Amino acid sequence: MTRNVLVLAEHDGKQIAESTYELIGAARGLAAAMGGQAEVALLGPRDLAGQLGGADVVVSVEHQALAQYLPQACELALLAVLAQRSPRLVLMSSATPGLDLGAAISVHWQAPLAPNVAAIEVAGDTIVATAQILGGKILAELELPGERAVATVTGGAFPAAAGRGEGPPEVVEIAPPAGLDDLAMSLAAVSEPQGGDVDITTAELLVSVGRGIESQDNVELVQELGDVLGVPLSASRPVVDAGWLPKSRQVGKSGLKVKPKAYLAFGISGAPEHLEGMRDAELIIACNTDATAPIFDIAHYGTTVDLFDLVPALTEKLSQ
Amino acid sequence: MRIVVPIKAVPDLVEEIELTSDETDIDREFLKFVVSEWDAQALEEALLVKDACGAEVVAVGLASDPDIDQALYTAIAKGADAAVRLTGGAADSVLTSDRAALLAGYLATEPADLVITGVQASDDLDGQLPPMLAAYLRQPHVSVVVGVVATADGVTVRQEFAGGRVHELAVRLPAVVGIQAARQAPRYAPITRIRQAMQAGGVREVAAEPAPAGQAPAVRRMYRPEQTSHAQMLTGSADDVAEAIAGLLRDRGLVKG
Repeated sequence: MTRNVLVLAEHDGKQIAESTYELIGAARGLAAAMGGQAEVALLGPRDLAGQLGGADVVVSVEHQALAQYLPQACELALLAVLAQRSPRLVLMSSATPGLDLGAAISVHWQAPLAPNVAAIEVAGDTIVATAQILGGKILAELELPGERAVATVTGGAFPAAAGRGEGPPEVVEIAPPAGLDDLAMSLAAVSEPQGGDVDITTAELLVSVGRGIESQDNVELVQELGDVLGVPLSASRPVVDAGWLPKSRQVGKSGLKVKPKAYLAFGISGAPEHLEGMRDAELIIACNTDATAPIFDIAHYGTTVDLFDLVPALTEKLSQ
Repeated sequence: MRIVVPIKAVPDLVEEIELTSDETDIDREFLKFVVSEWDAQALEEALLVKDACGAEVVAVGLASDPDIDQALYTAIAKGADAAVRLTGGAADSVLTSDRAALLAGYLATEPADLVITGVQASDDLDGQLPPMLAAYLRQPHVSVVVGVVATADGVTVRQEFAGGRVHELAVRLPAVVGIQAARQAPRYAPITRIRQAMQAGGVREVAAEPAPAGQAPAVRRMYRPEQTSHAQMLTGSADDVAEAIAGLLRDRGLVKG
């Protein structure tokens, strides 16, 4: 075992993801506290190492199966990295690669995993991670004792600036494991998100609906408010998953990040995945009948008036 | 093709969630439980595969989950061919690793070509089920999936990334898939059909021998997030609040008038 913290780099084959810099920043702080170094596992094109100057060491595995994210290939390659580098802690983002690989790595590498981590610290011989559970309503402090651990970290938990650095880092190359030539899966196609009918990322004002809208018919009610204001309707994930609004309107981790001058949230509880996409709005006004909904912790103004009463009243006021 | 759909009951997030007196767990005694929303999506996707190619769909729940029979009979009413209630293992455990170990034990005796389950559950404390179960089964897995289509060689799955980028993967079976969202909203099961399923008694109980579970973190404590800031609450009638919001938007020049 070392005292190092290893970050799994996320990339699309060309660009390192912003979340990776957040993790490198966290890794630097934790590694310093333990007397180790911050390492990054770069599974894929080695020339991306130039974007990882914030790491002490970049551990590179290059193979055609790793050109873009492929779960089985990345799992095998990451296990090969872990076998050689023996870090104390592995950090992954809680986006797709972390959701996909984290728990499998936990089993194969025989290390406990803390999911959806919002804070993490070294406490003597152990590591204590704070996980968001139950839609962010409860925080769980999890102890990760022993020689090794894995944590998947929520977006925005650490500043990305602390993970950036100048100059090329030291690169250690590891031979690709043999299994990469005989995988049970292959990448058939990659599709980028379609633009959709409107671009919600450029709107000055957004009216957004969540699960509290209850049905597709009720979306019309809020659409009328959007029409009066002349702004597009956006939504949290459950509304899009239900097919009530197109994917191009989804705000959050798996949707779009927005930063309007004002964000009106109706029936949105404020799960961490949604907050990640809209917390930088200049003015947030939230309407939810649950007074304990996490959305009220980041909203500037809030109300527990029923949206089915409030929206028609607001539509009427604004159309006068 | 035999598709197994593990289903979990989770606390209804609409409810007020209380902690136990030692503050290391949530108090489940008076909580209402519902089927995990991602598992409901997974069942829908499995039924879509069945609709397209005639697969056999088996919903599997843990006997220790509250109200699991209701969830299993609902799955049958929606179109699942069979349902299994699992006993055995660490019955009181809330850990995903113990759940995965019990399901792996069951699947060792009644194997599936494909496991389709929710990408995560809201109360996951030590990781998500799909990759953990796949690791115990030593099978390939793909999570954050928004579509599964059966092919001659296995399945094609659509895996979603932040921002909406999608990878289409060809996957050989057996495999485990974690569903983010089905291709359509979960179908509705009329209460009469659920009652019919209950009367027919189609849920089979199976005692499974769990696989050796992996490591899990220890819970030091649970607590509610400290509110570093809180919204200024607008109170009064709907009309009063609408007037206040209209004023806030007007002050910022975002609406006319």
